[in-house]
Amino acid sequence: MKIVTCIKQVPASSNVEVDPVTGVLIRDSNNAKLNPYDLYALEASFSIKEKNPNATITAITMGPPNAKSVLKEALYMGTDEAVLVTDRRFAGADVLATSYTLSQLIKLIGEVDIIICGKQTTDGDTAQVGPEIAEFLGVPHIPYVIEILEILDDKIVVKSTYDTHDEINEIKLPCLLTIEKSNLTPRLPSYKRKIKMKNYQIDTVTLDQLNDKNPKHYGLNGSPTQVEEIFPPSNEMKSKFIEGNKETLAHELYKILDENKFL
Amino acid sequence: MGYIKINQDKINDKIVEQLKKICPFDAFVYQDAYLSINAACKLCKLCVNKGPSGICEYIEEEKTFIDKEKYQGITVYIEQRENKAHPVAWELIGKAKSLAKVTKEPVYAIVIGEAVDSIANKALEYGVDKVFVYQDDLYKDFNVELYTNILIDYKTRMNPNIILFGGTPEGRSFAPRVAARLKTGLTADCTSLDIKPNGDLIQVRPAFGGNIMAKIHTPNHRPQLATARYKIFNASNKEKPHGKIIKMDSSGISKDTSIKLLSSENKPKVKDISDAEIIIAVGRAFKKKKDLELIEPLIKKLNAEVACTRPLIENGWFDPRRQIGLSGRTVKPKLIINLGISGAVQFIEGMKDSEIIITVNNDISNKLFSISHYSIAGDIYEVIPELNKLLAKII
Repeated sequence: MKIVTCIKQVPASSNVEVDPVTGVLIRDSNNAKLNPYDLYALEASFSIKEKNPNATITAITMGPPNAKSVLKEALYMGTDEAVLVTDRRFAGADVLATSYTLSQLIKLIGEVDIIICGKQTTDGDTAQVGPEIAEFLGVPHIPYVIEILEILDDKIVVKSTYDTHDEINEIKLPCLLTIEKSNLTPRLPSYKRKIKMKNYQIDTVTLDQLNDKNPKHYGLNGSPTQVEEIFPPSNEMKSKFIEGNKETLAHELYKILDENKFL
Repeated sequence: MGYIKINQDKINDKIVEQLKKICPFDAFVYQDAYLSINAACKLCKLCVNKGPSGICEYIEEEKTFIDKEKYQGITVYIEQRENKAHPVAWELIGKAKSLAKVTKEPVYAIVIGEAVDSIANKALEYGVDKVFVYQDDLYKDFNVELYTNILIDYKTRMNPNIILFGGTPEGRSFAPRVAARLKTGLTADCTSLDIKPNGDLIQVRPAFGGNIMAKIHTPNHRPQLATARYKIFNASNKEKPHGKIIKMDSSGISKDTSIKLLSSENKPKVKDISDAEIIIAVGRAFKKKKDLELIEPLIKKLNAEVACTRPLIENGWFDPRRQIGLSGRTVKPKLIINLGISGAVQFIEGMKDSEIIITVNNDISNKLFSISHYSIAGDIYEVIPELNKLLAKII
């Protein structure tokens, strides 16, 4: 059984802002981390492997060369392989172009049984890349999986959770799952594995190695949506600013609640 | 449709430094006296527009133009479960009607299910021009494969300009599937939608994982797909129905699926914070779960619902249905009290339309102060116990 787990490097802090005067983005740091939801995707992959010891797990990501750091984290947590797909021509990719690129990489890896993604990323927050990859590969998908109940040769049974209800679905392989945060506690990268993988070379794939080499299908050229403008969130509100010692503040707060008839 | 060209002749260390400083994505790589841009680039064009002049240039490449006139109609997908419509659909219809005023397009709705006539009638009451109904026993429960086939059938027959989906768990699984099949753009969780006279949808949403809003458009693809969360827009006014119900023949649509629903169990109903009138929202300033006991007296006195930010969900302190924000719920209560919340844009977008906003935070640079009616600069661990003393005095 072959499992591919899609992960992403995301900004570690959300303190990126637009300068309202110059329109320039201001960042407070360059720190990047593994998308927290992907930890659950990785853990779900490991849980499948525990039941199927012959399974192999390949972590993949699309991003700049430094995105290798999240692949290393995945390797140290327990994936067998890791592949980075990177190319300058991927710049400016929206959801469609990103999903297409990842689907091309998955086709290159070949004969994949289960593709696993996190529910969403914490930077884009769209939750769309997983289902779009599934569509490009022509395989079914189940979102928000919280438990893998049964793994058979040609199908799996999973429990997933929605706002109002839980569902149990049987889905034919190959398929794609997006993983919701669940009771599984993601493992930490292990020092032992770090030593073991010391000489592991992360495979790097560029556009020229993919089956579809037409650059118009990637990056900005392959993206139907385009960012026309970025701007800071509006804040026209006139705020009453209250300061003082704790007694004053509590008294003021009490007064506001009372005056507005909430008490 | 293009790329950024760097004028290498003018590159020097100072210019490289300026560019590196301006690029929010760390995409400039300077090696062997050659400056290049790597895959981290998001084509935000800040280096072109705000960088040192004459260095970075945006090269527009040839475009394939589509005939936008051929695509007419703003369609709202009505999500249903157990033959009940999700109310986000009525909000999307309200938005669709206001967009259609600009472009003079018809407003359509589409509903898929087993017995959805009453939903179709309701859509007419909200003022759509046509409701397209795909009805079959097989369509009783949402199935992403079967439902995608239907939307493709609908697109082929109707050529809509826009299709709007609710940003619900189902919509967020369904819309991308449709978008990828149609190879078109999809913008998730729009917080504002507007339209140009040529039919281009202007989609606004937070972007790049920061306190940034992006205006996104889909200039050369149709239909344009977007999702919006529940309670972002106002529900359409009801009117005297003028529209028609169109029953669609689904006999020619493939009903093969690799997904079999074995069982479905409704969750016990929790009071939904989306409908709460008074909310106390708590954030990361609460150091331990036990410290939440501090707010108990206030909850009781105000008869409030408790909501929280995403980190507290990640800590496992709350049911995810209590999260405010774009990845949680959007709320519009009469009163919201934010305690120890830094105010990420995702949170703010989920509550900024509340009638009265009170924020307590000892960090005066927190983002919530600028959208609050009352900003109280104090430590929750000091102010709340004092407030509790005052509350204890009233019966």
